[in-house]
Amino acid sequence: MDILNLEGAEDTPKIILDKGNGIFEISGRSLPEDSAEFYQPILDWIEAYGEDPNPATNFVFKLEYFNTASSKLILDVLSALEDIDGMAITWYFHEDDEDMEEAGEEFSELVEIPFEFKTY
Amino acid sequence: MKYVYDLHNTMLNHNLILVYEGEFTQEITKSILSMAERNMDSLGEESSIKRKVFNVMVEALQNIVKHGDDIGEGLSANRAIFIIGKNESQYQIVSGNSVKSETADKLKDKIDQINSLDKDGLKSLYKDIIRNNKLSEKGGAGLGFVDMARKSGSKLEYSFESVEGDISFFSLKTTIERF
Repeated sequence: MDILNLEGAEDTPKIILDKGNGIFEISGRSLPEDSAEFYQPILDWIEAYGEDPNPATNFVFKLEYFNTASSKLILDVLSALEDIDGMAITWYFHEDDEDMEEAGEEFSELVEIPFEFKTY
Repeated sequence: MKYVYDLHNTMLNHNLILVYEGEFTQEITKSILSMAERNMDSLGEESSIKRKVFNVMVEALQNIVKHGDDIGEGLSANRAIFIIGKNESQYQIVSGNSVKSETADKLKDKIDQINSLDKDGLKSLYKDIIRNNKLSEKGGAGLGFVDMARKSGSKLEYSFESVEGDISFFSLKTTIERF
């Protein structure tokens, strides 16, 4: 399956979705002008991946910042991941960023996927 | 040309470190954000405060970008003001834009509701909205004010000045304590 690889920018996160190498990561800053448009290819990719996923998937969020419109789409991403067997989330936050830690905890309460929290 | 000196003095007297008046777009939002970030970096601002200021700025600026043209086409459509104030103990993020009076009523209700909630109340309101709301046509999640209140930890201050007809000028101030 094709690799989805988007370079990050000052207002969009870096995305790597690579089934073959088992790398699934969203990192950086997310405040795009149109968050629905930005996240659509990611949601499409996850839907296709869900047809024939790896036995186990570790999906990494390593976000420095996201705006509220992105938070809605991140929940959509998590909801799409929720339907895939063997899914686990690793949620990174900067060690002094309590708000990002709390955001991860809130997402973990909204979906039925195991979350692991790590600092960087 | 005295207005230049007056404006300069107004900025100094109100401790304003940045004032932008004009059209608001995503490109301008990014420029203002990077200016403010550089400013805070050069002053050695603490990273947790920087993040909070950045957070509130993004929501305030994107509110204007998304809703600035709600009053329709015309001279003042999509023109608004954005201000950052800073004194020894706090940052103030201020935005001002024209709205229709029906919008003004909705905004008042929404902000009053948010201001009536404590930390836990804001958290449950946030979760309720993110779980149940769809993105608006303009791509907003309906979470901007809630997030500004949560990240700043302070009440949102607002005022409406009547402009003309059914148009009001909506000013919103969020305060972030530095210590």
